Amino acid sequence: MASAAESIDDLKARIQMVPVDEARSEISEGVRVIDVREQNEWDESHLEGAIHVPQGEVSERIDEIAPDRSERLLVHCRTDGRSARIVDLLGELGYEDAVAVEGGIVAWEGAGYPLVYAKGLTPEQRNRYSRHTLLPEVGVEGQVALLNAKVLLLGAGGLGSPTALYLAAAGIGTIGIVDDDVVDASNLQRQVIHTTDRVGVAKTASAKAAIEALNPDVKVVEHNTRLDASNILELIENYDVIVDGADNFPTRYLLNDATVRLRKPVVSASILGFEGQISTFIPFEGPCYRCLYPTPPPPELAPSCGANGVLGVMAGLMGLLQANEVVKLVIGIGDTLAGRLLLYDSLGTTFTELKVRRDPSCPICGPEAPEIPVEEMGQFPDYELFCGAPAREASPVA
Amino acid sequence: MPSATVKIPPVLRTHTGGEAQVAADGSTVGDVLGSLVDAHPDTRGQLFSEEGELNRYVNVYLNDEDVRVLDGLDTAVDDGDTVVILPAMAGGR
Repeated sequence: MASAAESIDDLKARIQMVPVDEARSEISEGVRVIDVREQNEWDESHLEGAIHVPQGEVSERIDEIAPDRSERLLVHCRTDGRSARIVDLLGELGYEDAVAVEGGIVAWEGAGYPLVYAKGLTPEQRNRYSRHTLLPEVGVEGQVALLNAKVLLLGAGGLGSPTALYLAAAGIGTIGIVDDDVVDASNLQRQVIHTTDRVGVAKTASAKAAIEALNPDVKVVEHNTRLDASNILELIENYDVIVDGADNFPTRYLLNDATVRLRKPVVSASILGFEGQISTFIPFEGPCYRCLYPTPPPPELAPSCGANGVLGVMAGLMGLLQANEVVKLVIGIGDTLAGRLLLYDSLGTTFTELKVRRDPSCPICGPEAPEIPVEEMGQFPDYELFCGAPAREASPVA
Repeated sequence: MPSATVKIPPVLRTHTGGEAQVAADGSTVGDVLGSLVDAHPDTRGQLFSEEGELNRYVNVYLNDEDVRVLDGLDTAVDDGDTVVILPAMAGGR
């Protein structure tokens, strides 16, 4: 057995190693090959016919796998560090003809020899998303789920910009963007998906250009329109998760009422000044937006209606927290913010977490809630008060 | 009498001289908010209706729990508790 002091180079000099071309011809003649990498590495790609025994399980399982200690065995890992140690170990256990494959699966793939790849990912995708698939909680399966996911962003503004960029990088297969605004120079302090040379361009088109440049796997669907009660159900129907970065209450309540009806999860954040709020609403499993805020505030307490200052970095943080929620919802890992409201104060760099309960008297998701007519979704008796505009007409999103 | 820390949301800070948190005494949430209003009278109209009820669009939490699921304004306050005033925010731009 290698002593702790023995370098990997000394160890490799001491054991038998074969280059990949020889290994390949031996395998074709029936010599068995053992892959000692971890499960997630195996899942990503492996040699056809290889026996998978993670290095930590070799001493325990090798008897069963190869009872004849004189059998010729090829051992490989990613390059050849782990396989060299295992070959040394097998020597200690009495195996007379175990050899390590020089350069491992990396050299094998580099030589252009065939591999069995995980279902659903192309070679380019395996490389692009390797830092995801290396995480056991994500793996190839999680990445495939991301690639198959359809996420709708309400707004390509302060929240939607960072959310869209990171979701695109993560490989969300379809990203829909609802926004009817055009890029303005004053947006660029925080709306990082847009660029100076795209000032004046529709935000959906600008966002599409940025996303496509970042990741060709992502299909961007532009919804250059205003959300209203007449189009919202159709718009959100085909998406798995909705990300709410709207800049006004009418849109937020309308979205809530429609997503509860269609049982779509919503990751909702809002920003003002140096502070942000975020929660995740999963219809009937957790509270909805109206459980949290049964009534919108009057205009003087709803400064979203006018131009207000916002720290760009804080908007980015909240947008990325939204992206984080989306990724977890899609893969089905971790704990979402369902039932919790997270407040962030960027001046103090403090987070405050509050509990959000389902409201048994909620008019939308409560047990007694009647199904409301479509045209009544998002409505309040005094709705016209919002920003001085009737809700059904003006629900701009940022 | 117990003393609580009241966290003031950005939209109300113009009425508290810019303070983000204010110390206020009271043995119930209602009393603590009453002390806040006494010290900063302009907050009254934002927090309470003319009948003295907490406005429906203002959420109040004792520590991390919504007082609506506790005893509302009658919820008992211990020394050192935090009362969070939280209005809905809609900004996304």
